[in-house]
Amino acid sequence: MYIIIVGGGRLGYYLAKALLDEGHEVLILEKDAAVCQSINNELGSICLRGDGCEAMTLEQAGTSRADMLIAVTGEDEDNLVACQVAKHKFKVLRTIARVRNPRNEDFFRQLGVDVAVSSTSIILEHIKHELPTHPLMHLLTIQEKELEIVEVTISPESITVGKQVRELSLPPESILSLVIRKERKPTVPTGTTTLQDGDQIIAVTRPESVEALKSALTGS
Amino acid sequence: MKVVIMGCGRVGAQLAAMLDKEGHQVTTLDIDAYSFRRLPPEFGGSAIIGNGVDEETLKKVGIEEADAFVAVTQGDNRNVMASQIAKHKFKVPRVICRIYDPLRSDIYSLLGLEAISPTTVFAQMLKEKLEG
Repeated sequence: MYIIIVGGGRLGYYLAKALLDEGHEVLILEKDAAVCQSINNELGSICLRGDGCEAMTLEQAGTSRADMLIAVTGEDEDNLVACQVAKHKFKVLRTIARVRNPRNEDFFRQLGVDVAVSSTSIILEHIKHELPTHPLMHLLTIQEKELEIVEVTISPESITVGKQVRELSLPPESILSLVIRKERKPTVPTGTTTLQDGDQIIAVTRPESVEALKSALTGS
Repeated sequence: MKVVIMGCGRVGAQLAAMLDKEGHQVTTLDIDAYSFRRLPPEFGGSAIIGNGVDEETLKKVGIEEADAFVAVTQGDNRNVMASQIAKHKFKVPRVICRIYDPLRSDIYSLLGLEAISPTTVFAQMLKEKLEG
């Protein structure tokens, strides 16, 4: 695949490295001459100096034959414009933008960016997971199906400890798919599975039911 | 008319002053308070510090009741993004956006933004002056 990366910062650099290792043709567009030079010294001539939001630079980069454009600069607005120009002027089929303001995630999709990844949300989720007060972690969003896969940890304070799965009032369209218990192999829960302190439950639910699912499982 | 102007540079400040003088309700928005020095002392509108590519900020400056939104910061992309938020999210009836890069300006005109490229306009003016 021919993949264009806009922004040669740390994210762009490591992304390019990973994609090159997978055997893809990669081109980085970077405004800063010094950054561009150091990428070319390290990874071979894969960095073109220029503004990835400018139609002229994108033309030079052969964007119309690109299979994918990934915009990972530090500025949300630059990533948005790079993706929109690639999409509408050069008909790139798949565009991915990094967003820093989590609120922009949905908005970018409405504006035609195929995938918007919020680095801020991802880091926040991981940190929250390490806090004992946060029993819920978002693992994955299946966008087309509007489903979320979440992990809920049962703590000693959860009023559901000792209860059976069938006693819980789960929100509609929520499925408990897996229970991971310390030192035991993961099991698929049934109605008679009894919840224990420390259980990690992997569940599938609708985005709007995430909070309800959390309270059904932990009582908080 | 209620107008929100994002970017209080020379153009933004002058537009704000002109509209204010004619009795319109003007709010200017800039990330740097120092920019507001460009507003005349008799300016009767409001000047608010904030980033216009943020929905919350736009709500704070009353974008939901605005009749028009004008984006004239130095950054083309910032103008483009803020204008799209104003147009698509807040359904502001009139949105005008400055885009220096003529090519980008053409693309966004096709995408339905009312975009003006000062580069093209001014180059054209100069040409006409030279020829006239």
